[in-house]
Amino acid sequence: MIDIQLQNEAVDIAACIEWVRTPTSGGVDVFIGTVRDTTKGKKVLALDFEAYAAMALSEMKKIADEVITKWPVDRILIHHRIGKLSVGEVPVVIAVSAAHRDAAFDACRYAIDTLKKTVPIFKKEIFEDGEVWVSAHP
Amino acid sequence: MKITLLAFGIVKDIFKAPQLEIDCEVADAGALKQMLADKYPELKKLAHYMVAVNNEYATDTTAIKEGDEIAIIPPVSGG
Repeated sequence: MIDIQLQNEAVDIAACIEWVRTPTSGGVDVFIGTVRDTTKGKKVLALDFEAYAAMALSEMKKIADEVITKWPVDRILIHHRIGKLSVGEVPVVIAVSAAHRDAAFDACRYAIDTLKKTVPIFKKEIFEDGEVWVSAHP
Repeated sequence: MKITLLAFGIVKDIFKAPQLEIDCEVADAGALKQMLADKYPELKKLAHYMVAVNNEYATDTTAIKEGDEIAIIPPVSGG
């Protein structure tokens, strides 16, 4: 089973983990993306996320479908937040359950790595002295 | 033909608008990118940018027709 969401409100980490737990799952692997206070030594005040919503949802669903095909996982959940997030807040939670840990770890890693490459979500770093779109320039 | 381009991230800043209505004759996504790069040289300074047609990433040969939903997608940075 798959649960994909793009949301303005805070991601409920405990609810995400609870949703992937099933009686057949021997393990749950969770990635919790978190806003960090510095980038390349510079103080970050906030990150502002925006998405091409329809396509972001379809690309996240593709990742989840691929995970289900490639690994014997029970459930996968991807919840991504948009809007302005302060240091310590959570832009993304990916949770994967499987009978055995190898599948859960590998699938979760694959999901976050692929999300960062393909899902049309964009973040702007907000510093004390300005703003920068992340990864935009080489 | 008249097409609407949706802009995201830094492309919104380059277009100075979240969407752009343009009247042009381009057969495919490659031709559209060429035309946009000529009109908006700032696009060429990006690490890269993609065109999406109807919510799918396009290749240079993906056809563009009137009424398609076309988006210009700068490097993504979710997560």
